Amino acid sequence: MKNSKIEEWVVISGKGGTGKTSITASLASLAAEQCASQPRSILADCDVDAADLHLLLSPEVKERHLFVSGHEAIIDEERCTGCGICEEYCRFNAVDRLENGKYRVNLLACEGCGVCVRFCPVQAIRFEPCECGEWYLSETRYGAMVHARLKAGAENSGRLVSQVRREAKELAEKQGADLIIVDGPPGIGCPVIATLTGATRVLIVTEPTLSGAHDLLRVLELTRHFSIPATVCVNKWDINPDQTAKIERAAEEAGATLAGRVSYDSAVVEAQVAGKSIVEVESRAAEELKQIWTTLTE
Amino acid sequence: MKIAIASGKGGTGKTTLSLNLARAYRKPIQLLDCDVEEPNIHLFLRNTLEAESERSVELLVPNIDPDRCQRCGECARFCQFQALVTLPQETLFFPELCHGCGGCWRVCPHDAITEVARPIGTVRTSQQGAIRLIEGRLNIGETMTPMVIDAVMAEARPDLPMILDAPPGVSCPVVATLTQADYAILVTEPTPFGLNDLKLAVELVREIALPFGVVINRHGMGDQRVESWCEEEKIEILAKIPNDRKVAEAYSRGEVLVDQFPHYDALLSRLFESVVARINSRTQIEQQGGGQ
Repeated sequence: MKNSKIEEWVVISGKGGTGKTSITASLASLAAEQCASQPRSILADCDVDAADLHLLLSPEVKERHLFVSGHEAIIDEERCTGCGICEEYCRFNAVDRLENGKYRVNLLACEGCGVCVRFCPVQAIRFEPCECGEWYLSETRYGAMVHARLKAGAENSGRLVSQVRREAKELAEKQGADLIIVDGPPGIGCPVIATLTGATRVLIVTEPTLSGAHDLLRVLELTRHFSIPATVCVNKWDINPDQTAKIERAAEEAGATLAGRVSYDSAVVEAQVAGKSIVEVESRAAEELKQIWTTLTE
Repeated sequence: MKIAIASGKGGTGKTTLSLNLARAYRKPIQLLDCDVEEPNIHLFLRNTLEAESERSVELLVPNIDPDRCQRCGECARFCQFQALVTLPQETLFFPELCHGCGGCWRVCPHDAITEVARPIGTVRTSQQGAIRLIEGRLNIGETMTPMVIDAVMAEARPDLPMILDAPPGVSCPVVATLTQADYAILVTEPTPFGLNDLKLAVELVREIALPFGVVINRHGMGDQRVESWCEEEKIEILAKIPNDRKVAEAYSRGEVLVDQFPHYDALLSRLFESVVARINSRTQIEQQGGGQ
């Protein structure tokens, strides 16, 4: 029977390195524990640029798919007459003039817009589909997982993120799961926006630093822009209790709720080194995360 | 001389290293904050920055004249980014999807499209002592990060050395930052995540043939795998900065480390000198017609 409402919880941060992936893995573990007899949650790693969740969940890949999205322009040097229209029209500085007077597209800068392809007077430019990564459907000890890997230097990270989310939704429907837990990317740009749109709720993991506070406010503006309810968790809170309090006040003023705090605990890195989620081993951080889970599921 | 500080993984210490290297240098230098989605450098120089200028970063996007538009659909068919949709009564434009390629106004057979400038971010330039800070800031809700990074680069003076603080990750924003650089310092942490993302960053710098070295930050926590991997790959480890809670606390308060901890001043001056030596010796090799 199809679920009428599949919840999608997205974990983001603004600032990198605050603990998104570590906390996502713990949420996945706690969700699996709680739903022992029911369809488990689906996990999605949308940090396609620098994915790390698999290091804690040890996924067994069941399906591997090539991700083809967008295009690249490739100039046939033999047919090129050196007229330079491609370089003149390109808005992305992606066309270089060679020593022999002909032109070449710098594939790392090419946005795949198609302008040079269309306007080359001798049709010397091919518009090739871009193989820019892979995505995977896997099994983990906590449930099915969708993840991906973007080719280094690639564009189209937003599209690959959207692909991961689509697949996760489809899996959730097939398996009758009612929760998708998503590990998001850092920042506030294209891949984050692709991760957020249509999410049920956002958990923002921040840290008690000036940088963390600054970046949090930008992320909250983004979640407001998309009208998604946000809740904030301060990781490593005891590094600066004053800043923690300031951040929590600012978060509430910006309309977010508070999920709780996690201490700066060596157990977090120890768990990572052992390839486990924090809550699999007893520690102060593990207890705090269990409390956060309770708050989230109230 | 252009030194980029990148990582792959977020939160390894790029901004901290960029800022503190620039401070330890003492002579006139430019610091480019290319993490335009979440620029942080200004937070550490907040009391002493003198504003020089601010300008808007703009994308040229289509403006459709509804009287001339025949709803032929040429523009929508051409657009690779789904920013245009042709309906029976009108053509719709979605600004946040537009890359500003100019294709639609070029292909329109009815002269119905003109171009207008649309702001997507800002570039702010300011001075603090010997440091000229150029900060890019993407407007919230926008997606064209690399364009704002390009605008930051365009603001730099060619006659002064520069340090480029890159965003996290290894996709197009990082490429936009690295393509201008002579050398990349990859900052990592000795953890499984650090190693995983370092490998991705190394793959990228090797692909673009950019000389690089690694700095291991928070050395002492985690495990040995990053160090072992660098040794296996014959990757130079430029420095190992010890894990220190006091440093984390100072960072959290927005303090500049070389001001608070004199031994960092010495360590970073040495690091800077060794990177400069590597850039210079490589330039010499190239000029003498040698190579690798």
